[in-house]
Amino acid sequence: MKSPAFDYIRATSPQHVFELLARHGDAMRVLAGGQTLLATLNMRLSSPELVVDIGALDSLRGIAVQGGSLRIGALTRHVEIEESPLVAQHAPLLAMAAPHIAHRAIRNLGTIGGTLAYADPAAEWPACVLALGGTLVLQSSGGERRVAADDYFLGLYSTARQDDELLAAVELPLIVADERHHFDELARRHGDYAVAGLAARARVAGGVLSGLRLAFLSLGDRPLRAPAAEAVLMAGPLTDARLAEADAALRAELDPFADLTHSAAAKKQLAATLMRRAVKALTSETT
Amino acid sequence: MSTPIDNPITRIRVEVNGSTLTRDVECRKHLVDFLREDCGLKGSHLGCEHGVCGACTVRMDGQIVRGCLVLAAQADGHRIETVETPTPSPRLKALQDAFIEHNALQCGYCTPGMLMAALDLVERRPEANREQVREWMSGNYCRCTGYQAIVDAVCSVLDQQRAGRFVAGAAEAA
Repeated sequence: MKSPAFDYIRATSPQHVFELLARHGDAMRVLAGGQTLLATLNMRLSSPELVVDIGALDSLRGIAVQGGSLRIGALTRHVEIEESPLVAQHAPLLAMAAPHIAHRAIRNLGTIGGTLAYADPAAEWPACVLALGGTLVLQSSGGERRVAADDYFLGLYSTARQDDELLAAVELPLIVADERHHFDELARRHGDYAVAGLAARARVAGGVLSGLRLAFLSLGDRPLRAPAAEAVLMAGPLTDARLAEADAALRAELDPFADLTHSAAAKKQLAATLMRRAVKALTSETT
Repeated sequence: MSTPIDNPITRIRVEVNGSTLTRDVECRKHLVDFLREDCGLKGSHLGCEHGVCGACTVRMDGQIVRGCLVLAAQADGHRIETVETPTPSPRLKALQDAFIEHNALQCGYCTPGMLMAALDLVERRPEANREQVREWMSGNYCRCTGYQAIVDAVCSVLDQQRAGRFVAGAAEAA
């Protein structure tokens, strides 16, 4: 199908975007990499009067260690994260997750900011940012504010970003010496939306986990932590009995909805499997 | 009938297969419709038109993209290459030959996208094994061949490359 008609403006500065947002409100859409927006336009699921292309705003681009965290600009493309030595060094979780995002041609254009602003519960970056306890940087004509990932994802395609705000960057804590990351997802074919996925980080000492953050994707209306299962897994050595207890806790706290191919029960089973694999990977010496 | 008021137009300047073009296009028009309708380049195809099938794969600034998920307006100031480039690289020519040799197409609808994706693979992942070829090409759908012949063709060009076919001076021998 073809997109309905709209007007197009290439923004020249963040201030320009704020002015347009103030004037046009919900009648306009911000175009970053366009790998979701263009599909929804072509399918006529979206019909804005105006599309504002922020692709030329270089201040929103780039990966840098800054003030003790890894700052990734909103316009940074998936493929740039996939291939970044800084990401591999300081936030390897993202490097593990990147190859799971669609296909190369899409990773060449899609951006982390677009993904985090859209907040699809099946997307990889929201779960990664939640697992790492990252911070979202939001800019508006009134200035800049920071929102913790725990407070940012509010529901299906719904975030704490206000209508007059632009997502400028995400800041991630740098990995520390005894910290381990793991990402995995289960999909029917490579590049498809995950049936279930898990981003995990923990500190590991003597086979015991601390600071464990599990963030599941495709298991609810937003990326989901599993606080009960996390608490069980951090309570002591990872015996078979503790793993079984964590498994039960996870199944009790998840409440997934079925999709076209998988029942809610199947999704719970897959989540539990991913958690067991994650615990094994986090505690193995080689990771 | 639409008027410029309800169907806005924008002027773009874009390099297509080595030629710089200036055109007025509908803001809503995506890159492949621009290539096919405004440039007369019918090589890039549209299958699903929402980024799933890969038939529209072209290169923008040297990187493969889904042509249906890029606005023509976004291509302003950028460089586009399609399968019908007048100066195909030795690797593209080798892929075309290998697709014919291995019967890697039947209807041919997916072939331009397959070739552009495969070219990117051959250039960026010279050491790719069969499994990695399958994974890389999984973003391009074919409804005829069952993929085996396509993977065979791409692997054969990777083999040729590893045997030194594309090093400078070897082109004549091939």
